[in-house]
Amino acid sequence: MSEISMVHDERTSIEGEDFEHLSLETQSMGMWLFLMSEVMFFGAVFAAYIVYRHAYPQVFEEASRHLDLTLGSINTAILLTSSFCMALAVNSAARGLRKQIVFFLLATVLLGIIFLGIKFIEYSKEFSAHLFPGGDFQYPGSDPARAKIFFSLYFTLTGLHAVHMIIGIFLILILARSAWRGHFTAERYAPVDMIGLYWHFVDMVWIFIFPLLYLIGPK
Amino acid sequence: MTDLSNIPRRTYFLVYLALMVLLAATVGATFLPLGPFHLAISVVIAVAKAVLVMLFFMHLRHTRGRTIFLILGGFLLLLILIGLTNIDYFTRVNGLPMVH
Repeated sequence: MSEISMVHDERTSIEGEDFEHLSLETQSMGMWLFLMSEVMFFGAVFAAYIVYRHAYPQVFEEASRHLDLTLGSINTAILLTSSFCMALAVNSAARGLRKQIVFFLLATVLLGIIFLGIKFIEYSKEFSAHLFPGGDFQYPGSDPARAKIFFSLYFTLTGLHAVHMIIGIFLILILARSAWRGHFTAERYAPVDMIGLYWHFVDMVWIFIFPLLYLIGPK
Repeated sequence: MTDLSNIPRRTYFLVYLALMVLLAATVGATFLPLGPFHLAISVVIAVAKAVLVMLFFMHLRHTRGRTIFLILGGFLLLLILIGLTNIDYFTRVNGLPMVH
């Protein structure tokens, strides 16, 4: 097989081998570049949040009390724990411990699914309380029109975050299968590192979403 | 990049513990009569948590060179995005368009 067609064959692979000639550092820099574009993506929504919270501080404070602080706090703890498991999965990959990579990846996925389950419970409570800013939006407070903005931002931020979680869970499951089949060694584990960075990024977005939506003002 | 296999598991656990303590602190602070300081405290704690995650979980502590420049550049753009947007709205004489 000629040199050129070998290169071509590698690039058609789906498991990341097409970048194998790059160092781990270069691959992780590529991931960071993508993550910084994600920072700008979420940054735009956070900018909108700051504009409206600054304009209607009391409305935001009152509307925030309609969210479930207990479930929100539990979910934050679950997500931090899942990030911890992901960090251990990457560490296991660097040490070349195949079974531990799979174990910690599956623990990360399990915690991610529990997070989404709790988020689903929260959403159904808010939908049945008519707090979703759609056609039958009903708000018991003093300024429904402006509270609607708070709930629009709430569903946008948490919804985009949940979409990122779902993508992350699928990526980690594919990663766990590759790890189980022994595709990673202590020298070559860039995909574990990169998806790890992605998962921690999603955790970091939640670290800001949580206080800005759930923890406004005194209880 | 430094060899990550040398980082002891204990480091990750201590960072995780610190994150949980910060979470408890930020939730606890909402029940205290702190007046206008609520926002400042919750933002400072959130930034502290994010920095811990980036330094230890995303191992920025062991990252050097161009990746760091790339990240700093990204956050500079974020600052411009959020900063200029808000300078515009905060200085409008008539405030935001009315919501009906």
